Amino acid sequence: MKIAVLSGKGGTGKTAVSVSLAALIPGSQYVDCDVEEPNGYIFLRPRIGKSISVELLVPTVDVQKCTGCGLCARVCQFNAIAVVRGKVLVFPEICHYCGACTIACPEGAIKEVPRQIGVVEISQDGAFIHGRLNTGESTGVPIVDELKRNLKEDAHPILDCPPGVSCSVVHAIEGCDYCILVTEPTPFGLYDLEIAVKLMERMGIPFGVVTNKASEGVDLIDEFCEKRGIDVLVKLPFSVEVAKAYSQGILPIDVDDEWRARLALLYEKVKRGSNK
Amino acid sequence: MKQVVFISGKGGTGKSTVVSSLSLIVHNKMMADCDVETPNLHILIKGESIERRDYFGGKKAVIDYSVCMQCGRCWQVCRFGAISKKLEVLPMKCEGCGVCALVCPCNAIRLDDEKTGEVYVSSTDRGTFSYALLDIGGEGSGKLVTEVRKSAEGQCKGEEWLLIDGSPGIGCPVIASITGADAVVAVTEPTMSGLSDLERVLDVARHFGIPAFVCINKYDLNPEITEQIERFCQQNGFPVIGKIPFDPAIVEALKNFKTPVEAGNVEFTDEVVKLWHRLVDELKKLTV
Repeated sequence: MKIAVLSGKGGTGKTAVSVSLAALIPGSQYVDCDVEEPNGYIFLRPRIGKSISVELLVPTVDVQKCTGCGLCARVCQFNAIAVVRGKVLVFPEICHYCGACTIACPEGAIKEVPRQIGVVEISQDGAFIHGRLNTGESTGVPIVDELKRNLKEDAHPILDCPPGVSCSVVHAIEGCDYCILVTEPTPFGLYDLEIAVKLMERMGIPFGVVTNKASEGVDLIDEFCEKRGIDVLVKLPFSVEVAKAYSQGILPIDVDDEWRARLALLYEKVKRGSNK
Repeated sequence: MKQVVFISGKGGTGKSTVVSSLSLIVHNKMMADCDVETPNLHILIKGESIERRDYFGGKKAVIDYSVCMQCGRCWQVCRFGAISKKLEVLPMKCEGCGVCALVCPCNAIRLDDEKTGEVYVSSTDRGTFSYALLDIGGEGSGKLVTEVRKSAEGQCKGEEWLLIDGSPGIGCPVIASITGADAVVAVTEPTMSGLSDLERVLDVARHFGIPAFVCINKYDLNPEITEQIERFCQQNGFPVIGKIPFDPAIVEALKNFKTPVEAGNVEFTDEVVKLWHRLVDELKKLTV
């Protein structure tokens, strides 16, 4: 069973929930798909055993063969190639590595060479895996794809997703059996949850909501979920102990028994609600 | 018009809270929300809509099956897995690169413009405000961010400042938010995650040569890590221009759709006013 944890809004507690679940579920695999800002390693402190370089193919031009015709620049939909006074300029950071220029070049003057955009690191025991985008690079999607090629299907992968609803999130949750949407009871949390719910409906993945930093009683997240027929799986109370532990990179379930109990309950509910 | 972008690396550190508060403090300015996936600033900054338009920021392949002879070349060459074995275009995966159209021997594939989001401009009692909403799973968030900034610039009537609320992360929307800006303010929090993400986002600002400053929100929650952040900033030449104390009343104000400034949170307001003055001073130093 593959479980994804996402949120729409940043800072709601995706990582706190993901690393806690990973620590609770025996034989699980934690997968940090937030390759722009990975944080799971801070809590799980893995010993990295293997590192995979993630590379994309970007065009280089053989100036001997190039006639400066400009066809490559015309077919590039991303303005990653410009031809100025017969000279081809490539902007690798915005290249989408689609290969259009190489196919279009009538002289066979373009060759694609690998260029590193980040890495995937796997712990010695295989229970931890994360990706890291190099700073200055624009897309982490290929790193997310590489992470997904390294999932241990038999080990209950838990995918900690980036905030938002971008292509990285779509790639991360694709093929998952259940999504946990972590939110908080504020107007920001609700607005972003509604956006994340739309993504769920579009992708057709079973999902439920976890309200973090919840106070007693019915809140605006409960009201929304009730109206829409969405399960609020568990509510995690705001706790200074948890906030402190989190700030120091300590697992919330190690300092708060209530968190531990509710996360165990969360896992039971997810098992019942998932595709598998 | 000088453009100041508030980013953070890590989400939920308080960017929108700070920017919405500054919208009540800074005079002669415009505002833009460049978090186009999950914009939040318009929840706190209400106004009258003066512009709303669809944005066509992407392209999608469309196959004309009356011409297609099912050769499968498109499926072979697509590097994004956006064409299924049955030769259907999978819209969530198509990047609109056009390689399929390029190789199709019977010209059965064309690229159609695709709506990727909506851009809004509203007039508020605090100045003109632009923002956008990216369609779910939409391509090209960076392009939409650029469009939001252009929409604000297009409405400029001599305002001195453009305050930009950025998005979490370090990828294309963040790069599009800070490119060509005059300053970046990274809002962080004293957690190991906050520090780790701050280091990466400041690295991006440096990569693109934008002067960067730091604001530590909820600084008193973990004094040791706050010290660690200050040490890091000092060693790397990023001035810390604001330290905002934690106060549960701030969250309560937000729950009532109010900025802490409107809710009368004096300590918070003072600190944000100071932050702004320090930023203005630092920017003056840079131009001398």
